[in-house]
Amino acid sequence: MDKTWNNKAWFMVLPVLVLVAFNAIIPLMTVVNYSVQETFGNNLFFFEGVKWFQEVLNSPRFHASLLRQVAFTGLILLIEVPLGVAVALAMPRSGPWVAVCLVLMSLPLLIPWNVVGAMWNIFALPDIGLLGYVINAMGISYNFTSQPLSAWFTVVLMDVWHWTSLVVLLAYAGLVSIPDAYYQAAKIDGASRWSVFRFIQLPKMKRVLTIAVLLRFMDSFMVYTEPFVLTGGGPGNATTFLSIDLVKAALGEFNLGIAAAMSIIYFLMTLLMSWLFYTLMTQSEAEG
Amino acid sequence: MARIDCNHIRHAYGPHPKSDKDYALKEVHHAFEDGGAYALLGPSGCGKTTLLNIISGLLYPSHGELLFDGKDVTNLSTQERNIAQVFQFPVIYDTMTVYDNLAFPLRNRGVAEPDVDRKVRETLDMTGLADMAKRKARGLTADQKQKISLGRGLVRSDVNAILFDEPLTVIDPHMKWVLRSQLKQLHRRFGFTMVYVTHDQTEALTFAENVVVMYEGEIVQIGSPAELFERPKHTFVGYFIGSPGMNVMPVAVEGRSARLGSQTIELPGAPKAGITGAIELGIRPEYIRLGASGMPVSIRKVEDIGRHKVVRASFEGRDIAAIVGEDEDIPADPKIAFDPAGINLYADSWRVEMGG
Repeated sequence: MDKTWNNKAWFMVLPVLVLVAFNAIIPLMTVVNYSVQETFGNNLFFFEGVKWFQEVLNSPRFHASLLRQVAFTGLILLIEVPLGVAVALAMPRSGPWVAVCLVLMSLPLLIPWNVVGAMWNIFALPDIGLLGYVINAMGISYNFTSQPLSAWFTVVLMDVWHWTSLVVLLAYAGLVSIPDAYYQAAKIDGASRWSVFRFIQLPKMKRVLTIAVLLRFMDSFMVYTEPFVLTGGGPGNATTFLSIDLVKAALGEFNLGIAAAMSIIYFLMTLLMSWLFYTLMTQSEAEG
Repeated sequence: MARIDCNHIRHAYGPHPKSDKDYALKEVHHAFEDGGAYALLGPSGCGKTTLLNIISGLLYPSHGELLFDGKDVTNLSTQERNIAQVFQFPVIYDTMTVYDNLAFPLRNRGVAEPDVDRKVRETLDMTGLADMAKRKARGLTADQKQKISLGRGLVRSDVNAILFDEPLTVIDPHMKWVLRSQLKQLHRRFGFTMVYVTHDQTEALTFAENVVVMYEGEIVQIGSPAELFERPKHTFVGYFIGSPGMNVMPVAVEGRSARLGSQTIELPGAPKAGITGAIELGIRPEYIRLGASGMPVSIRKVEDIGRHKVVRASFEGRDIAAIVGEDEDIPADPKIAFDPAGINLYADSWRVEMGG
């Protein structure tokens, strides 16, 4: 059968195209624009090619913040995913406590990010904050504004407090979708608690856990507000992650070229890592 | 394999049952013989799955005790009872191969690997899954998955009984037939004690030698398919089994005859004297003769369903169904007669014997 080709239909997608152009493509292109030029006052621009990119990629400062970023993201994924699954497993599957647990779990997610930072800042102050005071009272020297280790401990703990709930909620959604018959069959087959987890619960949670890991990876890789409010990237540069470094370069030092090149590298890294995660986790599913 | 005795088992899901209404299972006192094939038949919510789960140990009864070969197992766990159960929806371990699925119950019990291999291969042959042993269980069809569920029960040769909870619900119609006959074959060859829960009368009647009909938490009749058809002990059995179900009509009994409106119906025998309660006469559509002589009826509808016709008629102001052969004509002035062999009498829904 002959199909009639009518290209006028393309006009129908024009509004979406315009919208996407204005909210994504054009802003992104201005960044690309800055990243290949030297900017002077009076709107004077000189084309510089890939100079800024070379400079960023060879800069020890960028390497240091990237390392801190990778360490932070790796650490919180290692803590939040297993912890989230463990909490989800411990939650009741039915009864009045389900609602209580769900509300408790959602609370941290509902607090604005800068408020989380401010809360933890006060909470962790060594002289008046409950956490800071208790740790010091236990005889451990703790001060997140002067000790890098204390700062890292606080930043990681804050992120775990803020975001583990997300993993819990996703894992819980996966758990409750498992029909009772699976558990009954496992009982009849004489499966141990570990086997039930390994062969029933984990495979059934895999899909939602993929989403949880992806979300936590992307969010933590781009984390800004909470550590900025808590430590401002300090002490020194101890908690200066990529996004904080980027803002310092762009707005603090007004290095538009460097900042723009960094933004693009940052964006491509996040994109690449997310794609890798997703492909790896869905591929093993196709094989498995 | 074992004989299973249910001694006065009652079960309530709520914590403090007060009246009979709070019991999902009112009182079950019955023995499942060693090597028997039983079907538990009844509508949704009649307690058949509750009874099954009590036998398998997924539920503990509120009252009564359960014996396997005379040994009290009421408080034993599912695992200790050594039972196999196949559920409504196929339960398989997605990440394992078919082979590993079948080996799972044995490995969990610490069976040595050479024995596991031998048993699994036997079971693969029994269930016809041998050529997909190495495949992941995930990609299989529903009926193959259900065979894996069954295989995980069969692989333990020492199981006391195999329980089925509406196992063919998600299977395609043409595969249902195949699976059902395979189950029957397995039963004949290996003599497992099998209890099969279903709400489908065809499934129950073709699978089992003994059908246990349940209604509102009670066993109302246990019998062969023929007994259930010819002599339903309770009007519910009459309605539930057969298509269309039994015609039940209130009558007044005097000696060997029953009166319904202006008609008198000859009974095959006189009921014992002194029956009380609401008396009803039950007759299956198969035992009603439609012809030129007998009691007058007015026909409302004739449904031609292939091998025979179902005649829906009005008799003394009541709906009545009769079955006539495919080639028989419907007379212009229709009359019906009841075959005495098919007449049953009920008092308060329970069947009463009639002397010769």
